[in-house]
Amino acid sequence: MSLHETTAREIANQVRSRKTSARKVAEHFLSRARKHDKTFKAFLSLDEDATRAQAEAVDERVLAGKDPGPLAGVPVAIKDNMCVRGQRTTCASKILENYVAPYDGTAIEKLKRAGAVLFGKTNLDEFAMGSSTENSGFGATRNPWDPSRVPGGSSGGSAAAVAARLAPLALGSDTGGSIRQPAALCGVVGMKPTYGRVSRFGLVAFASSLDQIGPFAWNVEDAALLLSVVSGYDPKDATSVDRPVPDFLSTIAGGAKGLRIGLPKEYFIEGMDPEVESAVRRAVKTFESLGARVTDVSLPHTDAGLSVYYVLAPSEASSNLARFDGVRYGLRSQKAGNLLELYERSRAEGFGPEVKRRIMLGTYALSSGYYDAYYLKAQKVRTLIRRDFEKAFENVDVLLTPTSPTPAFKAGEKADDPLQMYLSDVFTISCNLAGLPGLSLPCGFSSGGLPIGLQIMGRPFEEDRVLGAARAFETATDFIRIPGGL
Amino acid sequence: MSLTDQDVNHVARLARLSLTEEERVRMRTQLGKILDHIAALNKYDTADVPPTSHVVAQPNTGREDDPRVFDNIEGILAGAPDKEDVFFKVPKVIE
Repeated sequence: MSLHETTAREIANQVRSRKTSARKVAEHFLSRARKHDKTFKAFLSLDEDATRAQAEAVDERVLAGKDPGPLAGVPVAIKDNMCVRGQRTTCASKILENYVAPYDGTAIEKLKRAGAVLFGKTNLDEFAMGSSTENSGFGATRNPWDPSRVPGGSSGGSAAAVAARLAPLALGSDTGGSIRQPAALCGVVGMKPTYGRVSRFGLVAFASSLDQIGPFAWNVEDAALLLSVVSGYDPKDATSVDRPVPDFLSTIAGGAKGLRIGLPKEYFIEGMDPEVESAVRRAVKTFESLGARVTDVSLPHTDAGLSVYYVLAPSEASSNLARFDGVRYGLRSQKAGNLLELYERSRAEGFGPEVKRRIMLGTYALSSGYYDAYYLKAQKVRTLIRRDFEKAFENVDVLLTPTSPTPAFKAGEKADDPLQMYLSDVFTISCNLAGLPGLSLPCGFSSGGLPIGLQIMGRPFEEDRVLGAARAFETATDFIRIPGGL
Repeated sequence: MSLTDQDVNHVARLARLSLTEEERVRMRTQLGKILDHIAALNKYDTADVPPTSHVVAQPNTGREDDPRVFDNIEGILAGAPDKEDVFFKVPKVIE
């Protein structure tokens, strides 16, 4: 069995036991990336020499008899909105086209300590704003299952790299579904942990009350492994939460017997793709056959989620992105006469259309006289959404829903209609608004051969239960597949 | 909801974004449509509902005021669009 047909755990085991070397693993995936990434464009940059040097350092540790760490020699692709020292970190934006990060983010530091080999920077919608990875300032990523379709977004590069087996693992960030939706559209496992579980130090901020870093993987066990490595309190991120991190890998084998599952009726709506609905209904039957108890629940404020999100996320973004002013780093307009023009023109030249749209929307919502009507109102309705979940979780352990209303859509299909594009996140947004852990894993295929994702959400800090449910389903089914020709 | 050209210009100035004429026209329509969608929030009665400012209830955390020297100052300066010595240069601010 070739390395890209195994698992990240197996690769780490082989490196640790010297059945293979980290260098051979790196060469294997570098050669796959060279061969296939022309089609999918998952990577914005992939420094082959830096990759080899890291792999060799892991091999030296193994040869010296030292513990190389749980991710020994495993290549991990990094969404290009996370700072890796000495590497370009562009956020897929022209405004950061030549920005080289002077430090490592905390999740990156943890990966290095765990023996992982950082494997390139992946494409995204500019500043993580989008659902198709078409908003990238450096060209769109395509879906490994069908290159005429989008991989989802905004972490579409990370999802496509893992789906095409160009890397065993990847990190993404999720503000309204940006890990789970592309995981669903690309047929891989993706998880947004509880807000506060993973430090965001070194993640370029988009919407600070919503952003979380999380894993992409070929299967649930690998996702659990990667999540265990990157989780934990960090004094450099005041929103990270100081509580023990379980070894998620050891907590996921419990099965689904006795698990109480809720099906929120608001997530099975008119107009959703019938193949998505039937795949999710079949998944529910599978859980029942495994001994889970399924009940209908209601989250009555679900339909407010999108509106709340499109006030809060752009407002917070307009504030966070104020730092890109052409003064200390990034693009500086050469056409500016005075300081005000330098700000206005650098930002005009550097930001793409979706980023400008959200900055304008957020600035409007926060401008004098509108704060109460928009931001404060949205924060109050957010409380109603959170309470819905608290009530539902009094009687059930996890919630099952579709991840996305449709399988992967055609490139260009929604590019000119922002509202249509926003609707593809309708099932993932509430999870961020409530700060919950949520995971997507493959639960079937459309008649056209496109993967369909199942979303599992849990109580705050109960990633173990979410992963356990996902693992039980994965063990009972056979939806982890490699796209044709790869 | 319809926005005027003046609204768009005012917000663009606050956001420190210069817009082309074409962008201004497009912003007017698109922002109007999105604001219409957002107006759906008004159907929820929130008179007695507190806002969520943080989803995970946490005490306010502080840390020691403990200055440290960053270990890669050259790395920061290397990204400066314009600099002199260890300073970032900008156009003249005070006439």
